[in-house]
Amino acid sequence: MESRRLAGVVAAVVVAGGLLAACGAGTEAGSITLYNGQHPQTTQALVTAFEQKTGISVAVRNDDEDVFANQLVAEGSHSPADVIYTENSPALEFLQAKSLLAKLAPTTLAQVPARFSSSDGRWVGVSARVSVMVFNTDLVRRDQLPTSVLGLANPKWRGKLALAPSETDFQPIVTSVIRTYGVAAARRWLLALKANAASHTYPDNETLVTAVNNGQAALGVINQYYWYREQVDVGPAGMHSSLAYFKPGDPGYVLDVSGAAVLMSSAHKADAQRFVAFLVSPQGQAIIAHSDSFEYPIAKGSDATPVGEIPLSGLQPNSITVAELGDGSAALALLQKVQLL
Amino acid sequence: MTSTLEAAPAPVDRPAERPAAGRRHPPRVLQVLAAAVAVVLLLPLAFLVVEAVQDGWSTLSPILFRQLTATLLWNTVSLTVVVTTLCAVIGTLAAWCVERTDVPGRRIWAVLVVVPVGIPDFAVAFGWKSVFPSVGGFGGAVLVMTVAVYPLVFLPVAASLRGADPGQEDVARSLGVGRFRTFWRVTVGQARLAILGGSVLVALVVLAEYGAFEILGFRTFTTEIFSEYLTAFNTPAGCALSLVLVLLSVGILLGEGALRGRGRATRIGPMAARVARRHRLGRARVPVLGAFVLLVALALGVPLGAIGYWLFQSASSTLPSASLGSAAWHTAVYGGSAALVATVAALPVALLSVRWPGRSTMAIERSTYLVLAMPGLVIALALTYFSNNLANGFLYQSPYLLIGAYAIMFFPLALVAVRSSVARAPVSYEEIGRSLGRGRLQVLWSVTLPLIAPGLAAAFSLVFLEAVTELTATLVLIPTNAQTLATQFWIFQNNLAYHQAAPYAALMILVAAVPSVVLGRWFDRMPGARVPA
Repeated sequence: MESRRLAGVVAAVVVAGGLLAACGAGTEAGSITLYNGQHPQTTQALVTAFEQKTGISVAVRNDDEDVFANQLVAEGSHSPADVIYTENSPALEFLQAKSLLAKLAPTTLAQVPARFSSSDGRWVGVSARVSVMVFNTDLVRRDQLPTSVLGLANPKWRGKLALAPSETDFQPIVTSVIRTYGVAAARRWLLALKANAASHTYPDNETLVTAVNNGQAALGVINQYYWYREQVDVGPAGMHSSLAYFKPGDPGYVLDVSGAAVLMSSAHKADAQRFVAFLVSPQGQAIIAHSDSFEYPIAKGSDATPVGEIPLSGLQPNSITVAELGDGSAALALLQKVQLL
Repeated sequence: MTSTLEAAPAPVDRPAERPAAGRRHPPRVLQVLAAAVAVVLLLPLAFLVVEAVQDGWSTLSPILFRQLTATLLWNTVSLTVVVTTLCAVIGTLAAWCVERTDVPGRRIWAVLVVVPVGIPDFAVAFGWKSVFPSVGGFGGAVLVMTVAVYPLVFLPVAASLRGADPGQEDVARSLGVGRFRTFWRVTVGQARLAILGGSVLVALVVLAEYGAFEILGFRTFTTEIFSEYLTAFNTPAGCALSLVLVLLSVGILLGEGALRGRGRATRIGPMAARVARRHRLGRARVPVLGAFVLLVALALGVPLGAIGYWLFQSASSTLPSASLGSAAWHTAVYGGSAALVATVAALPVALLSVRWPGRSTMAIERSTYLVLAMPGLVIALALTYFSNNLANGFLYQSPYLLIGAYAIMFFPLALVAVRSSVARAPVSYEEIGRSLGRGRLQVLWSVTLPLIAPGLAAAFSLVFLEAVTELTATLVLIPTNAQTLATQFWIFQNNLAYHQAAPYAALMILVAAVPSVVLGRWFDRMPGARVPA
């Protein structure tokens, strides 16, 4: 008797909870959900401008793009996401291979040089960064620095090199070294880096830049914008580090592309397409150039350069393409083999 | 001062040999409820199996049997053994000092030594790393994990000592047993279930920890699982490695089951037996006090110091600002609801496993612990998978699923606390209630629940403390646009905006401190708790 009453109460609570959830879950027209793996600084400014321009509201979720990639696979055809925006191309290539990305509007793809976007037309490049060396100016002189990423394997950097092997920006460099010198040489190179870095391995590039700037380590490889952000965060007086570029075409000199895509499962594809189109529009690209993101806009005709940086056209990176970077699985296998991951 | 009339040792009840209310079979409702809880808790395991078998043995075996797996296995097992042992010793000694000695300021210590569990492990690791950049590797991992999780032993042991019958110690002493042996055989013996339970929690939590080890650069099975999922996008491999982790935890649980034995220590009831006289520490006061200061300095001082430093260091940031109040509100609501759900769900499982121990009931109880060895991300992905593939996305990214995820993840914490108090509650009281013609639910409500109330409160606060600091599952399952203190802290900390991150960390610790303080005060006000020093 009592137990039946208890069961009744439990059932009522469950049903009521379910109804409440169902009411809350409904999304009204004119709103999209963005899975944002890009830095919130970049995204926030873009989202605000897009909402003002179109009246479409954007709900933003923040997480690592790698988590989003796994999450989207688990969500499958019921994913609440409409757009995914990432810092790097491998997560997008992975989702594309899983058939989770919709074709983008040709007009959107046409905004950006084809080499920065998916060859299958399912994601578009939005901005770019370039890999560079960061060094502590109190500990190292610029003329002591290697000109190639291979030079970082030199034993003279033992105990001085900082490394963030799990950082998504590091993989493309490994892929690029494999492409130029082959797996065996890349393996020897990584083992030497591992020995040089020893305890100076960091979970991400933000931590790495701070460590070099504070003098915990002497030098490391990052994407250039982390250094500019550090400058904003600590102020020019707090900077004890500088950037150095590798020699033109060096395998360590890689242009990384940040991109966006519309999900195949999106229930708001038209609005989602508008958002992605906005990212590569002149207005979106100008926001990227002038915000605190310090990334290069890459759409045709947007030649704005973030304050203080070498213009994109002045860079001489390695010729590796986003397709060759792929989902980065060869680099990962190697990183795991040498136990950096 | 309580009378010495009840100083006689309490009769020892043997519920195992005398089933409750003369019933040899547990009530059907209880069985169904407990089984339902176990099924829900095994969902993540089902997900792992489904995903891992997808790729077939030939793709998985090279991943499982590479050199790296052996290295990681060694790292993981040695770390787990060392941290668990340290936590068992520190947690038990601290609980004994607080509950049974006249150490000065014991009420303050009782709160301060619990609070570290409310600081997220990744924040502890970060605090250490930012103050002492050279902290890392095996030693660093042992240090950070030990000071972060020993309260998981302290809490159940303290609750158990509080409820244990001190008369048994007096009997031992009066029979000429020495102080040390009395402590070892009677006091530790009385708290054995709690020590074991707490140690199992510590071991399982260490197995599943990710954030702290990532920061410290120490590689375990779990960091490898994350890199398979995240960097390599290899879900089957991540799931296969998670299954190895589950096997490790099965080993731990079997070991605990063997150590648990059949002995049981009950007292006649919280009001009847007399309360403990506190041991005078005498000259040992100073070193004991010093040990407490050191423990709190390591466990609380370093992370709090780092947070304080960031808080008062002004720095500009390029990050958008966020609302502290709304994050705190979400944290409290999600954490509180999850704590309630987990505590209520733990009750049938605890009652069943204590009152009617048998093969099947033990299997149900033990199976619910496996979830603790699964990383939060795995559980979140499992729920994502089930919600979207079997239920059309029902409840997905709603508060209900997030609360459910917390309740699942931290259920074992609730179970340990509830179970140890159910084990001490004498069955005879319930029998009296039943013999007076009260219904089963009435007896549960008016007899059993008051008897096990301290355990329920401990269960609630444990789950709440852990839920407040949960990050990886929260990021996947939280409603879009909502933030908890942990997720907002993560956004800032991830972008090195420590100044902005600091208030979130500080508030997280405050929120976590509330249940510890309330618990401490509540226990002090319980009848018979005021003890002459």
